[in-house]
Amino acid sequence: MSANLIEVRDLAKTFDVSAPWLNRVVERKPRQFVHAVDGVSFGIGRGRTLALVGESGCGKSTVARLLVGLYAPTRGEVHFEGQRIDTIKPGAELRAVRRCMQMIFQDPYASLNPRWKVLDIVAEPLREHGLVAGAEAQRARVGELLRSVGLAEADAEKFPHQFSGGQRQRISIARALATQPEFLVCDEPTSALDVSVQAQVLNIMKDLQKSRGLTYLFISHNLAVVRHVSDQVGVMYLGRLVELADKAELFARPRHPYTRMLLDAIPDIHMSGRSRTPVQGEVPNPLNPPSGCAFHPRCPHANDRCSRERPALAEWKGIRVACHAVEEGRL
Amino acid sequence: MAAPAPLLEVKNLRVEFPTRRGTLLALDDISFSIAPGEILGVVGESGAGKSLTGAAIIGLLEPPGRIAAGEIRLEGQRIDDLPYEQMRVIRGRKIGAIFQDPLTSLNPLYTIGQQLVETIQTHLPVSASEARERAIKLLQETGIQAAEQRIDQYPHQFSGGMRQRVVIALALAAEPKLIVADEPTTALDVSIQAQIISLLKRLTKVHGAAVMLVTHDMGVIAETCDRVAVMYAGRIAEIGPVHDVIHSPSHPYTVGLMGSIPAMDEDRDRLAQIEGAMPRLTAIPRGCAFNPRCPQVMDRCRSERPDLMDAGPTRAACWLVASKVRT
Repeated sequence: MSANLIEVRDLAKTFDVSAPWLNRVVERKPRQFVHAVDGVSFGIGRGRTLALVGESGCGKSTVARLLVGLYAPTRGEVHFEGQRIDTIKPGAELRAVRRCMQMIFQDPYASLNPRWKVLDIVAEPLREHGLVAGAEAQRARVGELLRSVGLAEADAEKFPHQFSGGQRQRISIARALATQPEFLVCDEPTSALDVSVQAQVLNIMKDLQKSRGLTYLFISHNLAVVRHVSDQVGVMYLGRLVELADKAELFARPRHPYTRMLLDAIPDIHMSGRSRTPVQGEVPNPLNPPSGCAFHPRCPHANDRCSRERPALAEWKGIRVACHAVEEGRL
Repeated sequence: MAAPAPLLEVKNLRVEFPTRRGTLLALDDISFSIAPGEILGVVGESGAGKSLTGAAIIGLLEPPGRIAAGEIRLEGQRIDDLPYEQMRVIRGRKIGAIFQDPLTSLNPLYTIGQQLVETIQTHLPVSASEARERAIKLLQETGIQAAEQRIDQYPHQFSGGMRQRVVIALALAAEPKLIVADEPTTALDVSIQAQIISLLKRLTKVHGAAVMLVTHDMGVIAETCDRVAVMYAGRIAEIGPVHDVIHSPSHPYTVGLMGSIPAMDEDRDRLAQIEGAMPRLTAIPRGCAFNPRCPQVMDRCRSERPDLMDAGPTRAACWLVASKVRT
């Protein structure tokens, strides 16, 4: 497993959502916790793309934030280039690691400071990490970065409001590339964009991956986009990975009933008028998740064991699935 | 196209926003019709004017936006120049509306039942108990379990998907002939989205209502609609039967739009992309609005504006169609 650039083992994050202390005492309420991410393990090989998919509240964005260190994990380990990084204390060593991993956020309207020029936005990581000294050298480097994402050097003098959504997302990509990272975490980078603009951004991301050998963790709820960009796909449900497989395998032969359901739910533009079986039920409240397999109340193949015993992620021919029905051969 | 007596007819609709720096033309010469029971999809990117078209039809244009020219007819009667009070009667009774965010379209201070009963009693001459009975039946129809109990709950006690079911029940409450649904599934997760779309499709069929479905999601259009209108920069670029628009589009914008959607059944290394972005309302180019981004632009496109013209099974606003240099 040393071939993996990033390796995550049994990662978990619990948020305390209890009422304030006085309310708990007076109203005799217990403490409450949300297990946003609960024991997730995966690895991403150098130059490859892992996509995490799932519906809102499944914990995919929390995983992204745990990897880049925006949250501290409750349990588990994160390894980068063979080195454990979640325990590094703030300081020069952590800065060096953080330089190698950058993040692209969902909303290009909120992630760029409206009062800064593009020059300052893209040069901020250069200054922060002391990578390029001197205003002239920084300006030249920013121009180079802007060109690499298909913008003009002169755009450095403009403000974010002078750009469209797709152009803003390119500025975020240029900023993320400033420190020459090896690993990019992209949290729904195109879901705020229109389709024709989404295509531009996805193409740029693929080109950059080829030319710079970047490794991506790509978070999305859009399976068609995931199918286009990823090498491997992990499906998450209520804080846990339920299936992890190569893209071709997952889309051709989905194993887990939840994966099948998600694939079935995608509207297909090329099969006009096809009727599909609508999915039953909704995602349960994460404060009070079902016992056993979290998916069993919505699962057409659930039996007694599924409601009692939580299935482990079992590996089998390179595909990892957490499902009793698959394991027992019922499915 | 010209089916006998269309339910809704929009002719040369023009919507303007007067601003300090001049008048912005948000919708320019929009014409289409919807037959009874038909589902028309309106698709386009943000700022294309699709939601504005819906707002103009239900008479809820935000001031200072106003209808500057053209007419909207419902069952032959003009509705765009009606006084506010008369339009209020039509809205709800004859045209139902479903909006994107089910949380903001329900009043958080009233129970689901109070809101449904109020809507029903406003439009139909029934007693309070009859209205309540009808409300429960509507909730059951939209797939809400234990409707007798849930009718007395508040919107915050419902999940997003359930709220959108309540909104659909509200839209259907007075048996309208037409429902304008503006991005009804955009705020929902994919699995819930599929449930809501099939519900909308089934219920409008049962109640015989026509639907104008505004969305940016081509997949939803393909699964739901009979015909589709593709909008660009406040104009209709192409309109026709869903199958033809998707499989043999005539307008270069439709071609680009279809190519930029990642497909589930084929592998492509790169997606087709349309260079540039849609023009702002303050700077719509002369001639065809798409000409600066069009890969097949001709001289004529830069000076003269194309109208919708017959292009096989669809109608497209493109000079290529006129000169028969089809792609």
